[in-house]
Amino acid sequence: MTNKNKTEWRAIAARVTGILVILTGVLLAARVCVASPPVDHPIPSIFDSHSTPADSIRHLSHFVLGITGLIFLVVFSLLSYAVVKFRNRVADSKREPAQVYGSTQIELAWTIIPILIVVVLFLATARVIHAIQDAPKPAEAVEVTAIGHQFWWEFRYRGLGVVTANELHVPVSDPSHPTPTFLKLLSADTDHSFWIPQLAGKTDLIPNRVNETWLDPHETGLFLGQCAQYCGTQHAKMLLRVYVDSPEDFKVWARGQQQPANEDEKEAAGRRVFERTACLNCHAINGTSGTGRFGPDLTHLMSRNTIAAGAALNTHENLRLWIQNPDAIKPGSLMPAMKLSDAELDALVRYLETLQ
Amino acid sequence: MSSDAIAIQTAEATGQPWVQTLHEWVTTVDHKRLGVLYILYALFFLVIAGLEAIIIRIQLMRPHNDFVSPQVFNRMFTMHGTTMIFFVVIPVLFGFANYLVPLMIGARDMAFPRLNAFSFWLTALGGFLLYFSFVGGSGLYGAGNAPDVGWWAYAPLTSRAFSPGHSSDYWTVALLVSGFGSIGTAINIIATIISMRCPGMTLSRMPLFAWLNLIMAGMVILAISPLTAAQVMLSVDRYLGGHFFDTQAGGSATLWMHFFWIFGHPEVYVLVIPAFAFASEIIPVFSRKPIFGYPVMVGATACIGFLSLSVWAHHMFTMGMNSYANSFFAITTFAVGIPTGIKIFNWLGTMWGGRIQFKTPMLFCIAFLFQFLIAGLTGIMLGTAPFNWQLSGSYFVVAHFHYVIVGGILFALFAAFYYWYPKITGRMFNETLGKLHFWLFFIGFHLTFDLMHIPGLLGMPRRIYTYEPGRGWETLNLLVTIGAFVQGIATLVFVANLAISYFKGAKAGNDPWDGWTLEWSVSSPPPTYNFASVPTVASRRPLWDLKHPEDPDSRYE
Repeated sequence: MTNKNKTEWRAIAARVTGILVILTGVLLAARVCVASPPVDHPIPSIFDSHSTPADSIRHLSHFVLGITGLIFLVVFSLLSYAVVKFRNRVADSKREPAQVYGSTQIELAWTIIPILIVVVLFLATARVIHAIQDAPKPAEAVEVTAIGHQFWWEFRYRGLGVVTANELHVPVSDPSHPTPTFLKLLSADTDHSFWIPQLAGKTDLIPNRVNETWLDPHETGLFLGQCAQYCGTQHAKMLLRVYVDSPEDFKVWARGQQQPANEDEKEAAGRRVFERTACLNCHAINGTSGTGRFGPDLTHLMSRNTIAAGAALNTHENLRLWIQNPDAIKPGSLMPAMKLSDAELDALVRYLETLQ
Repeated sequence: MSSDAIAIQTAEATGQPWVQTLHEWVTTVDHKRLGVLYILYALFFLVIAGLEAIIIRIQLMRPHNDFVSPQVFNRMFTMHGTTMIFFVVIPVLFGFANYLVPLMIGARDMAFPRLNAFSFWLTALGGFLLYFSFVGGSGLYGAGNAPDVGWWAYAPLTSRAFSPGHSSDYWTVALLVSGFGSIGTAINIIATIISMRCPGMTLSRMPLFAWLNLIMAGMVILAISPLTAAQVMLSVDRYLGGHFFDTQAGGSATLWMHFFWIFGHPEVYVLVIPAFAFASEIIPVFSRKPIFGYPVMVGATACIGFLSLSVWAHHMFTMGMNSYANSFFAITTFAVGIPTGIKIFNWLGTMWGGRIQFKTPMLFCIAFLFQFLIAGLTGIMLGTAPFNWQLSGSYFVVAHFHYVIVGGILFALFAAFYYWYPKITGRMFNETLGKLHFWLFFIGFHLTFDLMHIPGLLGMPRRIYTYEPGRGWETLNLLVTIGAFVQGIATLVFVANLAISYFKGAKAGNDPWDGWTLEWSVSSPPPTYNFASVPTVASRRPLWDLKHPEDPDSRYE
């Protein structure tokens, strides 16, 4: 190797090292900004799975990332080599290189190898498709009907008689005695998509169509997700929270949800506001004349941590604001501003706060 | 006859009233002028749709940002997508096809010059109709209201219950009208290539550019027709009480998905095959070698064309198809990777053993190769149906298809702009500004679209105008936005280079790149009738034969 060649190679090596250093820096930076946990599972990363279907997807994804990574390395190296090796040098800039028109053997090789890769990829994929989509439903499975609305989620537990919104509670599933949750997915209006990255891949909720998905979580805690199919103005604030409870906690929660609405005589004034305004056109509260299904069921409103499909925490101030001016929290949501007097608003919010 | 035509061309250059010039451009049926019109029209909309992208990125720069309202944001991403696909990339590709195909095959014009003009003006009308929705979208109330249903316009969001006013009608009619324009141009390209080739130019001697545009044009006819049918059905639903997609009356939302994607996926290849065509012309010239494996390149492209008609439902893996359908669309999707891989390897084979000259067009082509490789590999991930259940509808998909469209198609397009700019204008562009444009755009592109994959993996869905803090998305989104600005600045450098070089550039001469195809045999810009006497060719590289009489290609073919 001549001296000149050596210095050129050194320059190239330096450049490549530089690029690698930058890439590592970027990855490290990404890691740093990924770590700051106030909630149990704050980052809904698809690689941090805690449920059977999400796990099998993660395993498959590692396999696919491995194969594509390998292809990338090989082709990237060949391309880089060609670009560096066959760059025009001043010495022979005038001479035309040998004119090569093709080579049947080489072209055959780079046709057959990809075909083999495709076959392998397909077999691995088909296996996981089958394992997830055709999984049998055990008798112990919890069955929930999830209905997508603009812009919130309705959950109805078949068999348990529980109706709730936006915050799904499911029992943790013990591998030796699995209690997965099977969801029947419907839509009341436009397309939506149910996505909790750490628990399962997404499945759409489509009007006039019944879809299914299932979760099989191994770990308790709160898992975050949100609507993943554009559904209108407030698609962004159609958030989804899944609480994976221990079997005991789940039983306690379900029993609580099965109770009739709390009736506190002190707050009868607030209840009257609910029953005499447009609230009851859309919202239901067990035991009142409100049976609307256009908005979330409020019978156990205070058992939920958030309102407005996760757009705000369920606090006194937020409830007031949400009733008086929903656009302040979620502009374009279908909840109308109720235009109540201060006295009515206070009474109503106090009443809602008794709905444990 | 032909010498008269050349005389007319030179007369134009001398001062004549601008009204006259304008009149000539508006009424022109010359394929070169229509090509330039297409390209300028696309550049105009590129700037507009680019600004829309910048608005989207400013809004997403930090969580809970309130730069624009959700309504405006939703209009922005709908208009950005629709404009970029239908009124930037398609017209600019048609522009290059229009300009170059007749020159490359030794023809004096397209087969149907009037149809050509008609198609352009239909497409142009479509774009302006779409943007008129900002003024007329809400009908008589006069409040601006551009479509906000996303560029797929999934049913039933487009039904009158969810989309009152006329905003989605503007979307429908704009695509319907420009669709007719596209079909007209596609027929024209096919007819031109089939019947206007010069003596000696058999199909197997056509430049790959012509071959690939022939395949692209065939796919346009197959892809645009179902879209047009769907638009008609949607209009019937909205105004004549039809129930094709109206789910409240028993219609089918999934029917629209099928119609849209049986257009939408071949459409991706309609856009990318011309990008392949640019690369297949530019890489050989700057490697100083003929294209490696010409017949295989043609075969692989035809194969991509056929396969791409059988993969549409990989956009619908999450809509609840059964496991057999999902498996079928997974394997067809993987299969597209085979001919695509062959193409990448053949470009590699072309460079192998060559003398690669790093002029601006070649820089863009090399970046195109690397980036298209990555886009293809993330495509394989998305084709893996279960992996897709996590990735689809997330920012990973947004990053993937921008890698295809920006990293692949736009980089190849920039290469084409620089490569044929001397031919079209007769002037050389500024090489320093060209390289500056390349490096700026390259850095901006990677800052934006490499990082954009990660929020998708962390659960960030697309089409959200705001997001919650604390999910690990903030820093990445900020960097993505910074990258978008770098790309914006780079695009300004590009436009400035085109504009300045038009007046100040050095004279290009007929053949600044030492090229091999017929367009380099005529003056720059070419005379009105292209060829004073129709050429005769004996090989795929007629100008190589001319320049190397001792070693002509015709000896080996």
